[in-house]
Amino acid sequence: MPRRDDLQTIMVIGSGPIIIGQACEFDYSGTQACKVLKAEGYRIVLVNSNPATIMTDPEFADRTYVEPLTPESVLAVIERERPDALLPTLGGQTGLNLAVSLAESGALESYGVGLIGADLEAIRRAEDRRRFVETMNQAGLPLPRSGFAHSIEEAAAVAGELGFPVMVRPSFVLGGGGTGLARSPQDLERIAADGIATSPIGEVLVEESVEGWKEFELEVMRDRADNAVVVCSVENVDPMGVHTGDSITVAPAQTLTDREYQDMRDASLACIRAVGVETGGSNIQFAVNPEDGRMVVIEMNPRVSRSSALASKATGFPIAKIAARLAVGYRLDEITNDITGETQACFEPALDYVVVKVPRWAFEKFPGADPTLGTKMKSVGEVMAVGRTFKEAWGKALRSLERAGASLGGDGPHDVPDDVLGALATPTEGRMTLVETALQRGHPVEDVAAASKIDPWFVDQIAQVTEAAARLQGRRLPKVGTDELAAAKRAGLADRRIAALLGATEREVRAARRAAGVRPVYKTVDTCAGEFRARTPYYYSTYEQVSEVAPAEKPRVVILGSGPNRIGQGIEFDYACVHAAFALREAGFETVMVNCNPETVSTDYDTSDRLYFEPVAAEDVIAVCEAEEPEGVVVQLGGQTPLGLAADLEAEGYQVLGTSPSSIDLAEDRGKFGALLTRLGALLPPHGEATSLEEATAVAERIGYPVVVRPSYVLGGRAMEIVYGEDELERYLAQATAAGPQHPVLVDRFLEGAIEIDVDAVSDGDEVFIGAVMEHIEEAGVHSGDSSCVIPPVSISDDELAEVERLTRVIAAALEVKGLLNVQFALKDERVWVLEANPRASRTVPFVSKATGVPLAKMAARVLVGESIATLREEGLIPQEPALYRNLRHVAVKAAVLPFGRFPGVDTVLGPEMRSTGEVMGVATSLGLSLAKAAAATGAALPEKGSVFVSVANRDKRAIVFPVKRLSDLGFRILATGGTAGLLRRAGIDVQEVAKVSEGHPNAADLIREGQVDMVINTPFGRGPRTDGYFIRTAAAAAGVPCVTTLPGAFAAVQGIEALRRDGEEPWSLQEYHRGLRP
Amino acid sequence: MTEAVLVLEDGTAFRGESFGAPGETFGEIVFNTGMTGYQEVLTDPSYARQIVVMTYPHVGNYGVNGDDPESKAIQVSGFVVREAARRASSWRAERSLDQELSGSGVVAIEGIDTRALTLHIREAGAMRAAISTDDLDPRSLGGRVRQQPEMLGADLAGSVSTRRPYEATDIGIQPVPRNGRTFRVAALDWGIKRNSLRLLARSGGHATVFPAMTPAGEILAGGYDGVFLSNGPGDPAATEYAVRTARELLGKVPVFGICLGHQIVGRAIGGATYKLKFGHRGSNQPVLDSDSGRVEVTSHNHGFAVDPASFGAAAAPPAPGREAPVVDTEVGRAALTHWNLNDGTLEGLRLLDVPGFCVQYHPEAAPGPHDAAYLFERFADLMERST
Ligand SMILES: Nc1ncnc2c1ncn2[C@@H]1O[C@H](COP(=O)(O)OP(=O)(O)O)[C@@H](O)[C@H]1O
Ligand SMILES: Nc1ncnc2c1ncn2[C@@H]1O[C@H](COP(=O)(O)OP(=O)(O)O)[C@@H](O)[C@H]1O
Ligand SMILES: [Mg+2]
Ligand SMILES: [Mg+2]
Repeated sequence: MPRRDDLQTIMVIGSGPIIIGQACEFDYSGTQACKVLKAEGYRIVLVNSNPATIMTDPEFADRTYVEPLTPESVLAVIERERPDALLPTLGGQTGLNLAVSLAESGALESYGVGLIGADLEAIRRAEDRRRFVETMNQAGLPLPRSGFAHSIEEAAAVAGELGFPVMVRPSFVLGGGGTGLARSPQDLERIAADGIATSPIGEVLVEESVEGWKEFELEVMRDRADNAVVVCSVENVDPMGVHTGDSITVAPAQTLTDREYQDMRDASLACIRAVGVETGGSNIQFAVNPEDGRMVVIEMNPRVSRSSALASKATGFPIAKIAARLAVGYRLDEITNDITGETQACFEPALDYVVVKVPRWAFEKFPGADPTLGTKMKSVGEVMAVGRTFKEAWGKALRSLERAGASLGGDGPHDVPDDVLGALATPTEGRMTLVETALQRGHPVEDVAAASKIDPWFVDQIAQVTEAAARLQGRRLPKVGTDELAAAKRAGLADRRIAALLGATEREVRAARRAAGVRPVYKTVDTCAGEFRARTPYYYSTYEQVSEVAPAEKPRVVILGSGPNRIGQGIEFDYACVHAAFALREAGFETVMVNCNPETVSTDYDTSDRLYFEPVAAEDVIAVCEAEEPEGVVVQLGGQTPLGLAADLEAEGYQVLGTSPSSIDLAEDRGKFGALLTRLGALLPPHGEATSLEEATAVAERIGYPVVVRPSYVLGGRAMEIVYGEDELERYLAQATAAGPQHPVLVDRFLEGAIEIDVDAVSDGDEVFIGAVMEHIEEAGVHSGDSSCVIPPVSISDDELAEVERLTRVIAAALEVKGLLNVQFALKDERVWVLEANPRASRTVPFVSKATGVPLAKMAARVLVGESIATLREEGLIPQEPALYRNLRHVAVKAAVLPFGRFPGVDTVLGPEMRSTGEVMGVATSLGLSLAKAAAATGAALPEKGSVFVSVANRDKRAIVFPVKRLSDLGFRILATGGTAGLLRRAGIDVQEVAKVSEGHPNAADLIREGQVDMVINTPFGRGPRTDGYFIRTAAAAAGVPCVTTLPGAFAAVQGIEALRRDGEEPWSLQEYHRGLRP
Repeated sequence: MTEAVLVLEDGTAFRGESFGAPGETFGEIVFNTGMTGYQEVLTDPSYARQIVVMTYPHVGNYGVNGDDPESKAIQVSGFVVREAARRASSWRAERSLDQELSGSGVVAIEGIDTRALTLHIREAGAMRAAISTDDLDPRSLGGRVRQQPEMLGADLAGSVSTRRPYEATDIGIQPVPRNGRTFRVAALDWGIKRNSLRLLARSGGHATVFPAMTPAGEILAGGYDGVFLSNGPGDPAATEYAVRTARELLGKVPVFGICLGHQIVGRAIGGATYKLKFGHRGSNQPVLDSDSGRVEVTSHNHGFAVDPASFGAAAAPPAPGREAPVVDTEVGRAALTHWNLNDGTLEGLRLLDVPGFCVQYHPEAAPGPHDAAYLFERFADLMERST
């Protein structure tokens, strides 16, 4: 069955901003789909609100709409583009839900748009828990016993029949939202209420708990000829009860006999057939009772997913790419297996290695959040590692995390309770450290397995690692023989950990290894366990005999990726790495990517000429360089992780391309950088360093409060705070950081009420190209990653812009920047202050490129290999016009997406510590509309009517009157607590006063919870978890009500609302904006 | 830890650690890419006189149980893995793999670069090899490897077969009536796997298992509804007696052959067989059934194959959507129905003028996917129609 010729235009929906449960795996899958569909000759119309994605690069679609993923805006695009078909299975739950709502409203039909990939009925059978239960029953597939409930009473009745504990799961929700294990009637009341509220149809499934069972996943593909294959099996190391997204998982399954595995395979094929996914991939989850092998189906996702991205990377079988082909009519046996080039895609990959995935969390950024792992996903990213054995993969995965304490011995201190087995009963981020400690303390494998519900096979594997470490403990490096070193490496011990065990340095261990000839070799991920020759150089390291690295044909450049997604270092850096790979390949280099994040486009074997799926750590990167002998290494695009390896690489004799390691150090060292700026005559907020409270107090006294305090060398504003007086300073130093001579605390004067500015530029050493100057909406003090910003700037004068650009050039020259440079400024009292300079790619690079059409990252990559900006301009890669960003005829707004919904009880006030997981872009011809679009894209659409609750700090009272008056004039009902209400009333605004939380019920928080408030404006006063503001903000976060916490944010919201109330405008594609077609 | 060495006939050597029994063993070295099912592999008689390399690195994870063996004993002559599980974990596990192998006196080696070994076999072909804990000198061991008989020309079916006939019910396999009836099936044991008997039984087959050399006349005299020709080890070209038996049976009784049984049918109807470079062994082989146009994922274990060119047909699967090529044979026409999509090997045929069909792969799986289990139903249909 060949390609469908009845289709011309296909619409692809992306998944929007990176949020917990839905990360850049959907950029990976969407990019793949766009690539193949375009290659098939279809016209592609793409909608995705996330500017940091590769898929929204204009070359991947014919028309790219960076628009909110709401039914209204997608419909507006449909109206304009008239696609023949909509492919909804690549945009995560967001894409799927959107397609369902467009289909159900009849919109698709009325525009003649067909769903391809999965039809509405199939989606319903999988996503609607009730239909799913019916479908499984009809197919004879076993499920946990269960019943449905629409109220707490009904839930209690079902639970009464099943017996506690029970699992509660709402329909049509992703990432375990609204789910929970209820152990008692009290639990059930809370969890069922939450679940009913979360479910769009107010229904929950109350199910027999199978907590503690083994959890498995199978990735299945099916074509329209009913050929079906299982691409990969995955076993969760963590038992049922820990969301798969938060579980350590392993591919392939390790502890199933063939009989059990084949039964599961049969069940998964029966499941995809029963649900009726005719073309494409699905993910099916199972639980197995470790006592007797009873197997039940947990759920089925009729679309590509985080797990399918992992499975693709784990096997080399590109699920999304093939799903896209299947959706347009091909059969599995008509598609070639890219990796071998000779066999085809209708087969099941055989692995001859082990893949381990480990999630990464960010609990430290959300004080007050519940740190236990449960049925709701909480991790923000993940790493994958490949090894020939579990132990090798395990060791690599742990060091890929870049997490202190993730691997005993090598990663610094950790505290473990006395009752370690008791502690294992509650899964937390640190549970694997507990497992190792328990084993070290002599608890047998059985006991540790019983306490943690982790299968004894895995516990025994970890025990083998622990034993290998114990054999080295306390000895001296020179006394360790070659065989012992080799054994330690085969057990997966990192050089860093070996060093810690032997009291040596990592460098010494590396030298000893080399001297002894203990080096990794590289094997190929080939989909077929060696049965056929592989054409695709997709490698992983192992301590074995024979290496498979192909001889190089061209000069090579190694590009270092950014490791796991985390708050502060996410997809934006991967974006830059991918661009470098594309640009350098085009420029005639063989590109070599090193990264360990399975969600990304950079780890698609298609992206670079060679892919090393390895930790971005010194040990592993240096080994890759030894194998590849590159011309140079790109460290400046992957964020802080690779930047931190620059010095090591240089010491090993490898060429760091672009800005030199010493310049990097100069920019990162606050003291040296401050001195440099002073020499350059630039303004830097007065600052000092302190290693004790006394010193800190002295510095603060000297420069004056308020001050910004932080540990040195941080990214994403980690542990950064604004401190208004000595008491707070004392508290900060006491709790936040172990300040000491090695870890000084930086103290800067806080520039209050300043406008923050970001600049992204590229320098070739002679010329500096300013990509854009971005004006932040929120004032300085809100981390640049969390604040909204706009291109072109709206309230900055030409003189000020000129000064900002001048300073950027001066800094670029002083740091001898080659490549990208990001500078942050604050504008206060008509003076431009420099906050920091980062000689690397920044979070805003993709946003700038989407807003202006200038491929900054590609440009930087070419500069890194020695080309000049002038030649790139000649070539037409960049525009002739110098300050293009200033003269755009459209306005682009970037807004951040924050995960507060996942962490109930965490205060939502924005501050200098970054907490957003992702971003969206709104683009239109006016600031107001762009702001409104950006807000809608974050999921917190601005209301066009209704009630606004206002409660602001004293300092903001005067300024708030004007915007609130405007809202009132627009017909909004204004609610306010005492003080604010009085003020507004005096200004002639009709206000309804409501009680403060401390004043009893019904109070402001009650009204928010009851859905009587459509927007909250609350600027914080006073800190701490028990204030009125805290209750109001957390209630808004829980209820999903837009909540503005800054004054500029309030102004922007009002502008946005005004724009919404005027006539809307037709959506335009990036291609049109970039061609400057807009009036 | 005891040292062990693996040496191939071309002199390639790997040093590793002994597990299972100490000692020395010889055989043809082949690799299997299945990620599960080592117990079924070990007990599959088709692996007789072979040293099997598992490409999946962790083997033994779920231990060994009493239900999964495919025959009475371990059949491989040696076993090679990257890492044998120190601890088995499964609710069905009765002992560890290591215990099982040492208990059965099977010599095995672990801790070697099995991927490098696999790539070597892929490029150089299957060849003779030895594992030893006694003679750790690759040169002297290699010399003795080269004195061993080759697989080409080896008749092994006789040596793994049952000595005397028995009923499947004797080993606890009860037929499940199909449309209210059961069929009497004569199963020729050239290395039969228990799961074939189980699947025969599941579609109504009441099987009597006969020794490899049972003459056709004896079987025909039994008045069976059908004859099942089993899988088995060795070179079909060296198993003349089996070819003779098959020739005499065809046309007189419905026949279903798998693996060696397929090769024997192929030869019996006038075709030729040849040795594949390194064979197909694993659980993920895509086979096109050109009758249905569908692809099934199948379990394979064969080092020989039937040559379509010997029937004058092209040695490649028909284009998608095209019907199976039909050829003339000594028993009338045959449709070449099943094709391996990886390398174009002929994987099955159906006789059009006499009742009978056969496949090169393992529809009984064990280990492997169940996609092709319907063929046992098809055999029951054939028997039903023919009686
Ligand atoms: N019946 C159950 N008993 C115990 N835990 C369960 C049960 N059902 C699901 N879970 C746990 O909850 C997690 C999320 O459930 P799932 O149905 O997979 O939702 P999601 O759509 O969020 O992936 C699972 O990964 C599993 O660990
Ligand atoms: N001196 C200061 N005055 C006002 N705000 C500041 C000052 N220093 C930092 N900030 C705020 O803190 C945020 C984070 O600081 P920054 O130095 O950019 O750290 P990071 O390296 O984490 O990006 C900035 O985006 C800015 O909003
Ligand atoms: Mg799930
Ligand atoms: Mg910053």
